[in-house]
Amino acid sequence: MVAAAAAVMALALAACGGGGDEPETEGGATGGSDEVEVFTWWAAGSEKAGLDALVAVFDEQHPDVTFINGAVAGGAGSQAKDLLQTRLQAQDPPDTFQAHAGAELQDYIDAAQIEPVTDLYDEFGLTDAFPADLMDRLTAEDGEIYSIPSNIHRANVVWTNRQVLTDAGLDPDATYDDLSSWMDDMETLKKAGVTPLAVAQAWTQVHLLETVLLADLGAEGYSGLWDGSTDWEGPEVKAALEDFQTLMGYTNTDRDGLDWPESQQLVIDGKAAFTVMGDWAEASYEEQKQELGTDYSAYAVPGTDGVFDFLADSFTLPVGAPHPDGANAWLETVGSAEGQEAFNKAKGSIPARTDVDMSTFGEYQQAAAEAFKSDTIVSSLAHGAAVPVATLTAITDATSKFTSGASDLATFQSELAAANAG
Amino acid sequence: MTSVVEAEAGRPVDLGRTAPRSRFTVGRTLRYVVLLLFVLVVLVPVYVLLVTSFKGPGDAAPTRAWNLPQVWTTANWETAWSTLAPAIARTVQMVVPAALISAFLGSLNGFVLSRWRFPGADLVFTLILFGMFIPYQAVMIPLNQLVLGLGVPSGVPSLILLHVVYGIPITTLIFRNYYMTVPQELIEAARVDGAGMLRTYAWIVLPISVPSFVVVLIWQFTSAWNDFLFAVFFSSSQNGPVTLALNNLANGALLQDYGVSMAGALFASLPTLLVYVLLGRYFMGGLMSGSVKG
Amino acid sequence: MPTATRRRAGVRRAVRRAGAPLLLLLPSLILVGVFVYGLIVANTRQSTTDNHTAAQATGQAPTTGVGLRNYLDLLGSEEFQHSLTNLVLYTVVFLVGTMVIGFAWAWLLDKPLRGEGIFRSVYLFPMAVSFIASGVVWRWLLNSNQGEQASGLNRLFQMIGLDALQNNWWNNVSVGIVAIAIPAIWQLSGYVMALFLAGFRGIPVELREAARVDGASEWKLYRHVLFPQLSPIALSALIIIGHMSLKAFDLIMSISKPANYQTKVPAVDMYVFKSAFDYANAAAVGTILLVIVAVVIVPYLVHTHRQGRR
Repeated sequence: MVAAAAAVMALALAACGGGGDEPETEGGATGGSDEVEVFTWWAAGSEKAGLDALVAVFDEQHPDVTFINGAVAGGAGSQAKDLLQTRLQAQDPPDTFQAHAGAELQDYIDAAQIEPVTDLYDEFGLTDAFPADLMDRLTAEDGEIYSIPSNIHRANVVWTNRQVLTDAGLDPDATYDDLSSWMDDMETLKKAGVTPLAVAQAWTQVHLLETVLLADLGAEGYSGLWDGSTDWEGPEVKAALEDFQTLMGYTNTDRDGLDWPESQQLVIDGKAAFTVMGDWAEASYEEQKQELGTDYSAYAVPGTDGVFDFLADSFTLPVGAPHPDGANAWLETVGSAEGQEAFNKAKGSIPARTDVDMSTFGEYQQAAAEAFKSDTIVSSLAHGAAVPVATLTAITDATSKFTSGASDLATFQSELAAANAG
Repeated sequence: MTSVVEAEAGRPVDLGRTAPRSRFTVGRTLRYVVLLLFVLVVLVPVYVLLVTSFKGPGDAAPTRAWNLPQVWTTANWETAWSTLAPAIARTVQMVVPAALISAFLGSLNGFVLSRWRFPGADLVFTLILFGMFIPYQAVMIPLNQLVLGLGVPSGVPSLILLHVVYGIPITTLIFRNYYMTVPQELIEAARVDGAGMLRTYAWIVLPISVPSFVVVLIWQFTSAWNDFLFAVFFSSSQNGPVTLALNNLANGALLQDYGVSMAGALFASLPTLLVYVLLGRYFMGGLMSGSVKG
Repeated sequence: MPTATRRRAGVRRAVRRAGAPLLLLLPSLILVGVFVYGLIVANTRQSTTDNHTAAQATGQAPTTGVGLRNYLDLLGSEEFQHSLTNLVLYTVVFLVGTMVIGFAWAWLLDKPLRGEGIFRSVYLFPMAVSFIASGVVWRWLLNSNQGEQASGLNRLFQMIGLDALQNNWWNNVSVGIVAIAIPAIWQLSGYVMALFLAGFRGIPVELREAARVDGASEWKLYRHVLFPQLSPIALSALIIIGHMSLKAFDLIMSISKPANYQTKVPAVDMYVFKSAFDYANAAAVGTILLVIVAVVIVPYLVHTHRQGRR
């Protein structure tokens, strides 16, 4: 019995090893350059609209290549990432996949699952089209670049409901120099019976934490957290964590069950006054015909003015992609001015290229594009630009443990330090 | 062992119990009250699903969960139908063979392990049964490599394979327990008549297996229909089952359209519901005839 | 060689007795052998390495054996102990809840009653709904806001004047996991009811009548006649329901979030480890789950084994 089972196992594993070299293509189709499977988590809403717009440009630029949509919905990309991970492990990669630019790619690089695309930057003339700051942040430790960004988002944005502020006797046009003056107004709001600050599940709390760290430590101190020059155990970080704790005290109690569109909706519906969210939130205002300056305001998180906390979606070239030529064609469109314009206009983000004509973009996007050109650029923690996946997971776990009341501030700080130590 | 005969008829439940009717009216009323209360409790989530599925975009919000729709609309159901229908067709293609094959294998195993026993049968049964408890997440990566290495295409074929394989333990368990209630003399009689194993199975055992088949098919149908984990890993939105499509419908959108996702949720549950209603009688009959005795 | 001949004859007889049934079992044995035991072996091997990074998973960096280190680290960590406590709490509440409610329904429906079929169908209905489908609704219902901001069940409690019942559901860090068991109980109580009802109906009428003639009270009837008859069913139900509790994963994913500390269970940890390319720890969690299952299930298997012999 055991022997038989062992024999079967051996056979199966042999078959497994043999099959791994020649990944099955879906539908057993053609191979070569005439198709490209693009793996994303852009399956709905403005993200889908952006993808559709990008595909339209792609079809124009590369009519001979068939676009195959490999979009997987669910959990802000978490389901897509799970599936991607399994497919890469099984050596069954898509032709190209969406990933956050920056440190999040490091795992794929270490695992030799994606190819450098540095040559393509020269070939497509992208090197000068992207800001120098961005090129630095895209370049991995080995000096190569591994993805082409399709769009840029800003993470350190506060969104307000102007009516709620007015009703509580506050000035809706007020801006705040630092967190403490902001928290004073939150106290007023709390007394008025509204939720001062809306947040959602753990990653949005990490998102809030990152902007608090940025506000209290400054751009340099914040960036130092990721290269080791800022001490996680130090008093500056402790002070920032105390601010974070205070801010969390002003948030909605049902946060852990919500996802970001729902916490955003709390602000839009006037149930909360502020929320901190990336500028993709702009799309939900647009969808609901809300006017910037009359219904809502959006500005840099207090204390982070002049800093652009960036994250970018980007496309990669997996090792062993069945249609590398198709993938190249896709990457060319992603990096092209036409592609970036069409995609970003529909998605509500801004182009990574600085040479795109912004005059037809929305008001918020134009301002953001200006800021992107002139501000100091730092990498987002919550969105994979600053640290690899394992570190972010450890930080998220520590944050959830802290905000659910299972650890105190000192423990939180030492767990964060441990997470970053690896 | 009259239960076999009754079970064969697939008869539902009332075994002619004659309780005094007029007495205990207080008790009877109390029972009704309690039962109805439970019905209300059970239907609370269903109420929310139903009313929300008929609400327009702004109306379908958690804060208005208990209110009736301001305006009744069937738009959500139309959207749900048009997005989910192809996936439902694929799910049927996947679930029906998966349930039938695993039921058949379970019936063969159950027969051999209970009524055509051989030395070590109990050990083999134990080994098979233990498979019920494997934590799937832990084996997902080697499992994926295995399925890919076997060359099984993603989508319906992969899912059929997985639901069959991981259905074997429970189907074997249910059939074995059921066949334990079949008198051994019946089998022996066939043996004495010179019938071999396969003939005994096909002529004696299979015909009286209907109740157990119903139980097993319902169970397998439900679990395969409702599975999400395998669906995510072994199919895509183009070739995947309805749970995947439903998830795409419910998540990912910027403005979560609760109305559509709740209509979709109900819609995706209709086929299982239909099976329950159609086979409910036989389900009880099957359970009664010993499929689940330890 | 008489002994050899006899032995050969013995072997031949054994082959004849076991050969044909084994042949029939072969497809299942191969499938279960590969897909269950093969993968368990692969998983266990993985769990004793230091394969904690993506590079190691693809062989770009070396992996070495670390023996039981991963297990010791896991079991020693506060986070994982919290997960295990949660699993135990969840399983106990889930099992007790489904068994008690399922039994109560079966008991209420046991005596002839008009509309029995309708009650039965309603109680059985939730089983037809997957958590992917009912997840959205349960997330609404188990919203933790109270007072003015309340929605979901808390709001319902206000509306029917049971304000005192309001609570923060799964957001309680020590016992919140119990709230996650509510949807699970909702889903599977009907199934347990069906099992018990079938059990009640399977008890020969004569047995009850005899007890009644002997003047046994209702309680004694249950205690001495019905319960003993039902216990094998209860055991089966426990096993079938119990193994569902290991699948709490779907439920937690659709109501809470995998990162939420309050509702962590080992299956969620496994998922989080895997997402962070920490395959060794994911595998170790898997093995720990398997061992827990074995501890619970082996006595049952031994029990049925004995029964089979009888």
